[in-house]
Amino acid sequence: MAGPVTTPRFEMRGVRKAFGATTALDGVDLAVRGGEVCALVGQNGAGKSTLMAMLAGALRPDAGVMRLDGADYAPRDPLAARRAGVAMIYQELSLAPHLSVMENIVLGVEPVRGGAAAPFALVQRERMRATATAALAELGHGDIAPERPVGELTPAAQQLVEIARALAIGCRVLVLDEPTSSLGHADVHALFALIARLKAQGIAIVYISHFIEEVKAVSDRVVVLRDGKNAGGGMTADMPAEAIVGLMVGRTLGELYPHGVRAAGEPVLELDGLVPGAATLTLRRGEILGIAGLLGAGRTRLLRAIFGLEPVRDGRVSVGAYSGWSGPHDRWRQGMGMLSEDRAGEGLAMGLSVADNMTLTRLEPFGPAFTVWPGRQDRAAARWIDRLGIRCSHPRQTIGQLSGGNQQKVAVGRLLHHDVDVLVLDEPTRGIDVASKAQIYQLIDELVSGGPERAAPQGVSAPPGVARPFQGREKAVLLVSSYLPELLGVCDRIAVMSRGRLGPAQPVEAWTEHSLLMEASGARAS
Amino acid sequence: MDRALAVDGSVGSARFISARRLVNERGVLIGLVVVALAFGALIGPQFFAAANLELMARQTVIVCVAALGMTMIIVSGGIDLSVGSIVALSTVVTAVLLQQGAGPLAAALGAVAAGALCGAINGLLITQLGVVPFIVTLGTMLLVRGAAKGLADERRVDAPITWLNDLLRTARDGRGWLLPAGIWMTLVLAVAVAFTLQYTRFGRHLFAIGSSERTARLCGVRINRTKLAVYTVGAALAALSGVLQFSKLSVGDPTVAQGLELDVIAAVIIGGGSLLGGRGSVVGTIAGAAIMAVIQIGCSQQGLPNWVQQIVTGAIIVFAVGLDRWRQKAT
Repeated sequence: MAGPVTTPRFEMRGVRKAFGATTALDGVDLAVRGGEVCALVGQNGAGKSTLMAMLAGALRPDAGVMRLDGADYAPRDPLAARRAGVAMIYQELSLAPHLSVMENIVLGVEPVRGGAAAPFALVQRERMRATATAALAELGHGDIAPERPVGELTPAAQQLVEIARALAIGCRVLVLDEPTSSLGHADVHALFALIARLKAQGIAIVYISHFIEEVKAVSDRVVVLRDGKNAGGGMTADMPAEAIVGLMVGRTLGELYPHGVRAAGEPVLELDGLVPGAATLTLRRGEILGIAGLLGAGRTRLLRAIFGLEPVRDGRVSVGAYSGWSGPHDRWRQGMGMLSEDRAGEGLAMGLSVADNMTLTRLEPFGPAFTVWPGRQDRAAARWIDRLGIRCSHPRQTIGQLSGGNQQKVAVGRLLHHDVDVLVLDEPTRGIDVASKAQIYQLIDELVSGGPERAAPQGVSAPPGVARPFQGREKAVLLVSSYLPELLGVCDRIAVMSRGRLGPAQPVEAWTEHSLLMEASGARAS
Repeated sequence: MDRALAVDGSVGSARFISARRLVNERGVLIGLVVVALAFGALIGPQFFAAANLELMARQTVIVCVAALGMTMIIVSGGIDLSVGSIVALSTVVTAVLLQQGAGPLAAALGAVAAGALCGAINGLLITQLGVVPFIVTLGTMLLVRGAAKGLADERRVDAPITWLNDLLRTARDGRGWLLPAGIWMTLVLAVAVAFTLQYTRFGRHLFAIGSSERTARLCGVRINRTKLAVYTVGAALAALSGVLQFSKLSVGDPTVAQGLELDVIAAVIIGGGSLLGGRGSVVGTIAGAAIMAVIQIGCSQQGLPNWVQQIVTGAIIVFAVGLDRWRQKAT
C-alpha cells in the first residue's frame, strides 16, 4: 500500500457516533487521496451511511477528527459541506423534476447579479446556462439540453445531471451511494468511464456498493466496515471477491448460490402468447425460471400482467387449473404470490408493522369469522421472523425502521406465510446486503428443491372453501433480476426479454453473462 | 398497563412505548385532562358536577357518532365532506317518515338507510371514477344538502313527539339509566367501531389501504369493495348522528349542521388521525370531540365570547397536528 506520501484529500480518524443506546460507529478511520477511488463496503447497518452522513454534514460525530486537505473540517449542515466541495450522489436522486437541467445544476448556488448576498437578486440565466453546459461538457455529455425539465430524462441522464451539479460547485470529494441500482448495463459502463474521468481530475471518490463485481471493476482500494468498525481493507487488485465478502460477513461465505436437488414436476404456470411480453413459457414445480433483460425491456410489466396488477391485452395465462386473467386477490387464493421490485412504494406499507405487512394477504387463520386477533398474528409473524433471521425488536415494530435487507425478508416472509406455490419475484435482492442475499438464495433453493420450508406454518391451514390447485410439495419460482451472476447462479432455466418480447427459455448451462447480455441488448438477432 | 391501543393501529405492549409514543398515544387524553382542569380552575368545582359532565356528553355525541365513521374513512386515507349534509338529510327523512305515520324505529332506520345510500354513492363515485374523495364529497355535500332542502320543501318539517325526542334528554330526572339513551348508544357504537378497526379483517384492510394503497392491492385487498363499504358505513353513522340531531331539535331541519363536517374532521385529527391515512383511533377521536365540547361549554360558562372559543379550538387543532409532525419526524 506504499503510495506516494501525500496528504489525503480527506481524512476521518477515530469517528464515533451513537444513537441512544446503539453505537453506530465505534472509532472508524477512513482516508482517501485525490485521484483515488475508494470503495466503502459493508452489510446494511455496518455504518456506511452514518459515516457518509457525517462527511456530508448531515450528522455530527460524537468524537473523532475530520480533515479536508489537511484543514479541520466540521460542516455545520449539508449546504456547508457542499460549499466546502463535498458532494453526495444518493441512491434516490435528489433533483427537482419540474425544474430544468441547468436550474438543477446551479440549485442553491444560482449566479446572480450583485453577488450572492444581494436579496431578491436577479438570476443570470445566461451564466446559469454557461455553468451548466460547461459542467455537462466536462462529463462528456454536452448532448443533454440544459433547458429540458429533469423529470423527462432517463434515470441515467438524471444521475449525470446530479454529478454535473457536484462538478459545478467545484467538488473535491464525491460520494456515490449505490449509484448503479437504477441503471441498466450500458449505463453502468458509461458511469464507470465517467468515474475514471473524474478521478483523473484529482477528485477523491468514495464508492458505496453492494455489488462486489462493481467494486472490483471501479475502485483502487477497498475499505470494509462491519458493525461500526473497520473490518479491514486493502488495494483492490490484491483482494479477491471472496476476501472482500469474507471481511463483510466476518466469516467466509460458503456457496453463495446453493443448489439442492431439483426435479421439474407438473406445470403450474403456463403462458401462451401473453401480451404484454409476447410471452410463451411453462413454469414447472421444482424449478426456478429466470427472466433477464435490460431495464425497460418490459419484464416488470409481464410479471404484473401475470399477477393481475395490469391488464392482459392478448394471449392466455393459466395458473394451475385456473385459466384466464385474475386480479391479485384471486391470484393469492390460487396459490400465487408476487414480490414487488418497488419495496418502499409498493412491496411494503412502510407505516404498518412487521406483522401486518407479513400477514396481510392471509388474515383468515387469526380468528373465527371476520376477526383478527393480533396476538395470533404476532405469533405467526414471530415464527418467520425467527426462521428468516429478521432483525426487529418486536413483530409490532413499524417496518420503516428496519434496514433494507430485513425489510425484504419481511416481503419474502409474506410469500412463506401465505404458503404460495408459485413465487413471482421481481428483483428480490435489489439494494440489500450480501448476507441477506445469501439467505434469500438459500431460501429460494429450499423452496424449489423441497427443503424444510415447504411445510405449512404451524396451525395455519388453507382458507376454508378455497380449492388450492396444488398442495404442499416443491414450489415454482419465476425470477426477474438485472443481476446476471444471480440469475446464472440461482436459475434452472433462463429466458431473455428484449424490447418487450420474451425469448424462449434455455437451460442455464446454455447461457453465459456474455450471451445473456448479447441477447438482451438485441445484438444477436434471432 | 398491559396492552395499549396505539393510534397507528398497532397493538404493542407497554415496554415498547417510548416517551415520544406516550405523547402521541396518550397526548390527546392528557390534553383533555389539561383543558378540563384549566376550566375547572377558572370556573370552580361545579364544572365537574355530574349534571355539567352530562351536559358536555350530550353536547358532544352528535359530533362523536359522525366522527366514528369519519375515523374509519380517514384511516383508509379518505375523507368525507358530505357528513354535515347527511346529518341534515337524516333529520328531514326522520321527520317526514314520522309525519307519514311511520313508527319511530322505522323512521330512524329509514334515515340511516338514506344516509347509507348517500355514502354508497360517494363510494361508487370515488372508486369508479377514480376521483379523489375530497372532490367527490365536496360535490355530494352540495348535492345532499340540496336534496334535503327539496325533500323538506325548504322548510322545517314538524313531526309528532315520540321516544326519539328523548334520546338526548337528561337522565337527571330519573329517565334512562344513569345516562341518556343516546349516550349509551354512542358508547356501544364506539366499542363496535374500535373493535372493527383493531380486530377485524375489514379494519386491518382499512389501515393497509390508508398506509399504502399499492401495497394493499399487491396483497390482494379488494380496494374498491373495501372503500365502498367504508364510505357507506361512515355515512350511515353520520345519518345516525342526524337522528340524534333530530332528537335534539324535534323537527327536521334541512339547514342544520352546516359546517359540522369540519368539527367531525377536527375531532379525528386532534385524536391523532392523519389525513394521509393509515392512522387514527376511536379513543383519540372521542377525546378529540370531548376536548372541543369542554372548550365550548367551559367558555360559555365562563362567560367568554364565542370568538375566544373559536380561537382556542383552532389553536388546539394546530397544536395537535404540530405535535404529531414532531413525533413523526423524531421516529
